[in-house]
Amino acid sequence: MLEVRDLDVSFGRARRRFKAVDGVSLTVGPDETLGLVGESGSGKTTVARVVVGLVKPDSGDVLFDGKPLGPVGRRPASLQRAVQMVFQDPRSSLNPRMTVSAVIDEAWRTHPESAPTGDRTAGLHQLLDDVGLDATVARHRAGELSGGQCQRVSIARALAVKPRLLVCDEAVSALDVSVQSQILRLLVDLQQRHHLSMLFISHDLGVVHQIADRIAVMRRGVLVEEGVATDVLSDPQHEYTRSLLDAALELTKES
Amino acid sequence: MTVSLEVAGLVVDLPGRDGPVRVVDEVSFDIAPATTVGLIGESGSGKTMTANAVIDLLPDGARTGGALRWQGEDLLQVSASRRRRVRGHEIAMIFQDPLAALNPTQTVGRQVGEILRRAGRPSDEVRRRVLELLDRTGIPEPATRSRNYPHEFSGGMRQRAMIALALAGSPALLLADEPTTALDVTVQARILRLLRDIQEDEGLAMLLVSHDLRVVNHVAHQVVVMYAGRVAERGPTAALLSKPAHPYTRALVDSVPAVRTRTALAHPLPGTPATPANRPSGCAFHPRCPIARELCRTEQPAVREVGAGRWTACHFAEELVG
Repeated sequence: MLEVRDLDVSFGRARRRFKAVDGVSLTVGPDETLGLVGESGSGKTTVARVVVGLVKPDSGDVLFDGKPLGPVGRRPASLQRAVQMVFQDPRSSLNPRMTVSAVIDEAWRTHPESAPTGDRTAGLHQLLDDVGLDATVARHRAGELSGGQCQRVSIARALAVKPRLLVCDEAVSALDVSVQSQILRLLVDLQQRHHLSMLFISHDLGVVHQIADRIAVMRRGVLVEEGVATDVLSDPQHEYTRSLLDAALELTKES
Repeated sequence: MTVSLEVAGLVVDLPGRDGPVRVVDEVSFDIAPATTVGLIGESGSGKTMTANAVIDLLPDGARTGGALRWQGEDLLQVSASRRRRVRGHEIAMIFQDPLAALNPTQTVGRQVGEILRRAGRPSDEVRRRVLELLDRTGIPEPATRSRNYPHEFSGGMRQRAMIALALAGSPALLLADEPTTALDVTVQARILRLLRDIQEDEGLAMLLVSHDLRVVNHVAHQVVVMYAGRVAERGPTAALLSKPAHPYTRALVDSVPAVRTRTALAHPLPGTPATPANRPSGCAFHPRCPIARELCRTEQPAVREVGAGRWTACHFAEELVG
């Protein structure tokens, strides 16, 4: 469904130019979750930003159902709608002065074909219910909500346009521990209910192991290992994956 | 057991829109010399405020109660000049974001040596000690790197520089507030190892504030779990994490996934963490608690002992620890 081929992205000019993504290829199939892991500077966020169209690659193909995605602006509306992103910091990705109902309405105005045909209020309440929010939240401004509620609104905004691929960039990292597991469960439930594919980016190997079917490991712009999640994390082939696993802390008692 | 710091019924009230808010409510625990206490909590739990009270960094308008007994004197009662003398010398702090905590306009070496220069030490001694500290905290080529500015350091190196700075005053107690939260896992592992080595070698007492049970498990001898400004439970790390005596701790432990094996998603707690400004009646945790009863709604549980060194604020802890 999503296919990224030989992606190259670089930033800066002349001598300061450096390659953030270097020849990365990956795929995400229907109903599949691909976990993309790596440390800061590995290029995982840049890959996500190319997929949603916020960054223009130097070269390489990003295809959705075999059709080129292209950057936002030149991306056909139907494809733009199909790929939605949930950001790390829900507070800065929502306008704090907009009401929740206005946030969702804006998504529907951008993509009218995804808006409910009948009663918009009923559609809005259905959507909020879908992400575990009370209908009364619709009247609140984003700035009045807790971090977990904000992230639910961000997810509702993404879902509002009926996407097929959800790109989650550290979507639970900024949340409280007890709220993190709520949002993870919500993402997995929604994925099953709405037949979504997910590109799930995280530095937390444990979380990725819980929800990804396959895992791709990036280091300094290069994809170093890729495979079935349990294989990669229980029997890593690349030295870098091994070093990530060795550094990861476990709660089970160690010596 | 000798005690380095005794936090006894600590109370912190902050001014709020509708009157003062009790952000730290009767918090008690001890830190023995040469041990690390992990202070665990989510946002609004009061963990950072507790640490800030110890190092005298509470915001303006804060009112305190209870006592902070430090080597025989109550830090909440001593004079301002004595508190300044304690801060940085006897008790030092490491912050989460070294880039914000370090001065961008001064070289790393100058900042690490500042406390020594202020103490009137001769400059060659200051220089020798700075290089020693940078070397001790694992900064390569200390002589060269001491002339660098913080922005020329990587995140991990900056955190090492801040640890060097904290150690410069030869403290007996080190407070570390989320010292590795902003770091990559491989860097985090190295910084935690460094903190553990230093703590052991120097016989330091350490208070490690974190939201991450894995970090606390890795370095702390004792754990204090806070919820909505109060202590939920405290006790020795291994016992507390393997058999929590509070349903909140239990939920936190259950939510931590294993890395090498696939863990099923935890059953999440409902709702969001209670905040001191909006604290439920009785046990503050009752609206989210899977074993709450009527008593939990009406009566605030006292912190009580339920086993060797195990203290909990749950009416029904026996059902958890057996």
